Amino acid sequence: MAKILAVDDSASMRQMVSFTLKGAGYEVVEAVDGVDALAKAKGVKLDLVISDVNMPNMDGITLIKELRAIPAFKFIPMLMLTTESTGEKKQEGKAAGATGWIVKPFNPEQLLATVKKVLG
Amino acid sequence: MTIDMSQFLETFYEESFEGLEIMETELLALDVGEADSETINTIFRAAHSIKGGSGTFGLNAVADFTHVMETLLDEMRDGKRQVTEEAVNLLLTTVDVLREMLTALRENTELDSERIKVTHDQLEELLDSSSSSSTVQETDNSSKDVPAGAQSWHISFHPHVNLFKTGNDPVRILRELETLGELEVKMDSSALPEFNNLDPEESFLGWELELKGEATREAIDEVFAWVEDECDLTIMAAEAEAEVIHAEAEPEPEPEERSQTEGRSTASTQSRKPKAAAESTSIRVGIDKVDSVINLVGELVITQSMLSTLGESFDMSKVNSLIQGMEQLELNTRQLQEQVMRMRMMPINFAFQRFPRLVHDMSQKMGKNIELKMTGEQTELDKTVMEKIGDPLVHLVRNSLDHGIESPEKRKEAGKPETATLRLNAYHQGGNIVIEVIDDGAGLNEEKIFAKAVEQGLVPADIQLEPARIHELILLPGFSTADEVTDVSGRGVGMDVVVRNIRSLGGSLEVWSKPGHGSKFTIRLPLTLAILDGQTVSVGEEDYIIPLISIIESIQLTSDMLNIVVGKGETFKLRNEHLPIIRLHNVFGGSPNTTDLIEGLLVVVESDGRKIGLFVDELKGQQQVVIKSLEVNYKRIEGISGATILGDGSVALIVDIPGLISLSNQVTATGRLKKSA
Repeated sequence: MAKILAVDDSASMRQMVSFTLKGAGYEVVEAVDGVDALAKAKGVKLDLVISDVNMPNMDGITLIKELRAIPAFKFIPMLMLTTESTGEKKQEGKAAGATGWIVKPFNPEQLLATVKKVLG
Repeated sequence: MTIDMSQFLETFYEESFEGLEIMETELLALDVGEADSETINTIFRAAHSIKGGSGTFGLNAVADFTHVMETLLDEMRDGKRQVTEEAVNLLLTTVDVLREMLTALRENTELDSERIKVTHDQLEELLDSSSSSSTVQETDNSSKDVPAGAQSWHISFHPHVNLFKTGNDPVRILRELETLGELEVKMDSSALPEFNNLDPEESFLGWELELKGEATREAIDEVFAWVEDECDLTIMAAEAEAEVIHAEAEPEPEPEERSQTEGRSTASTQSRKPKAAAESTSIRVGIDKVDSVINLVGELVITQSMLSTLGESFDMSKVNSLIQGMEQLELNTRQLQEQVMRMRMMPINFAFQRFPRLVHDMSQKMGKNIELKMTGEQTELDKTVMEKIGDPLVHLVRNSLDHGIESPEKRKEAGKPETATLRLNAYHQGGNIVIEVIDDGAGLNEEKIFAKAVEQGLVPADIQLEPARIHELILLPGFSTADEVTDVSGRGVGMDVVVRNIRSLGGSLEVWSKPGHGSKFTIRLPLTLAILDGQTVSVGEEDYIIPLISIIESIQLTSDMLNIVVGKGETFKLRNEHLPIIRLHNVFGGSPNTTDLIEGLLVVVESDGRKIGLFVDELKGQQQVVIKSLEVNYKRIEGISGATILGDGSVALIVDIPGLISLSNQVTATGRLKKSA
């Protein structure tokens, strides 16, 4: 089953994302910020990364940039969870190598639909 | 698949309240005028998380409210807006309102919609007032509306070479389009280079697509939303005029904005599931603490299995192994106990964090300049103790701010800096945590205190008291020097309540003051309420436990040390001090083995900086005892703080040293021997 890295500094969002994905049969690795995510991603085969943008220590955009630099993550889909109402963050995220985004607030159904779309 | 979102609410509330604390702390740390961008970013992030979570978990009123706050913070973060005192104060109020909203939602009580609206409007007003233009964008989607009756779409899709580099895949997009209707696909491979020049990580193919069916323009845009900057894209309604769009032509519709506008209308009427008011009964424990407990339990299990193996075929030749095993067991148990106690420990910061705000608000109200300095915020103490020390601390801080610290003018006259300093320090000392509240204000007014105490009949007018004793008068029940009741303190709830609260936690309060230099209140508290290191002493048949931390030494008296003053009780001379003697059997009854002071033992104990000698028959062992409340199981007894069960199953009473010392004070101060047996 596909393995997904879910990164968010908010415990409730992390719980929700993780619970939803696990409920759909995905394997989920949780991380609390970019630094944590990067550490957990190294040496692991992942199929998808879902990351919040605004986080302490290392934000989601830097995380995506760092991950893309790792050969194993060159083509792995990476989605940003964003509430930014301007397109700015999305562009910044795309420039860093993000595949796409999920706009907050979202419900579990939307999350699953997007994940299914990406993972095929 | 439906998921009950309410299961995440408790976590959301907890982290939101933490976020609000962070916002408050950081807001108070903000320097008006030249704000540190990292600080603003931290505040922004907290607001942002609350907004995101509340939207996701259906708390639309909160999401809506936080959105305005976030906009303001965003402008500050981007440097579009000055950090003014006005803005900071409004943001602090916003934090309060948010906290009230979240509390109301959590406990399922009525939202104060009036206050929310007022604050909301103030925020909007502030946003409008500046040059900044970044307000909520209303997204106009009408221009994108599909011409009615469109039967089919022509889509020309030519990804740029680096499409794969963002993890996108044209096949996924085609597959998704297929779900919208009947799809005809024509591939354009004209850009494909010679095989030798082909870089497999790049994208060279393009597609001409015909999509038949009811698909809306929006749905198609959505499919290409993630890649619109990474391809040449033309979408045309086959029967309408060609409508050419290039990558950056049109902004993305904002689903977020839409849902928030919807949220606005439903916010006030949203129905909530009734839910029992959740008290803060959970604690967060670091995973390292849990791991070390698990590790120790493992050790315990090993020791247990070793002992049971030993027990299966035990004979006296194995007695050494048995002793070793028992020692191991004792070690394991003690370590386990320590680790479990650590789980209940939290940094004192939880009690301290309300003070920056308190000091900020009060100094504004009173027109004083006060700087708050805190040290040792990470000092840990038991959660229960922490919860109970909050109110006494607030009382002490308020007292210092109101009575202790002078107005800037007075300070200037006295040659002191106009800005006063209030310090909160916390540190560990032995088995205690010490908390100090120190101000550099005027100090206690000794004459006034004495005069008031006489007036209130607390001390006789002709008595001569040292300054230190005068300071202690303020701790007596019913004492207040406030000439008038102020808004801040001096409502008549005196220091005696503070003292009583601290005593009930097994702690003590010390006062130090120097006129013109300030005052210092020192609170000493046990780290935990559950366990204590005790010295067992015996009086006749009875065993008593004396807390080890209050014992200074134990001595055998000689007759030349004794000094019996008629009517004033018994004292003894220890080095250069004359200390009162309390005979435990006089206080608690029982028949001692000896009543001769020379024959028994004297345990010298200290509390609040005062020492007394406790007369007992003999010392027994030292051990950790688990404190059982006497009040709960029997009733409160003066001079006894609790009871415990000893290894042999008998009950021993734990002596309340501060209580006994104040008992002995009454004896020496009034000259009357007061027995409470």
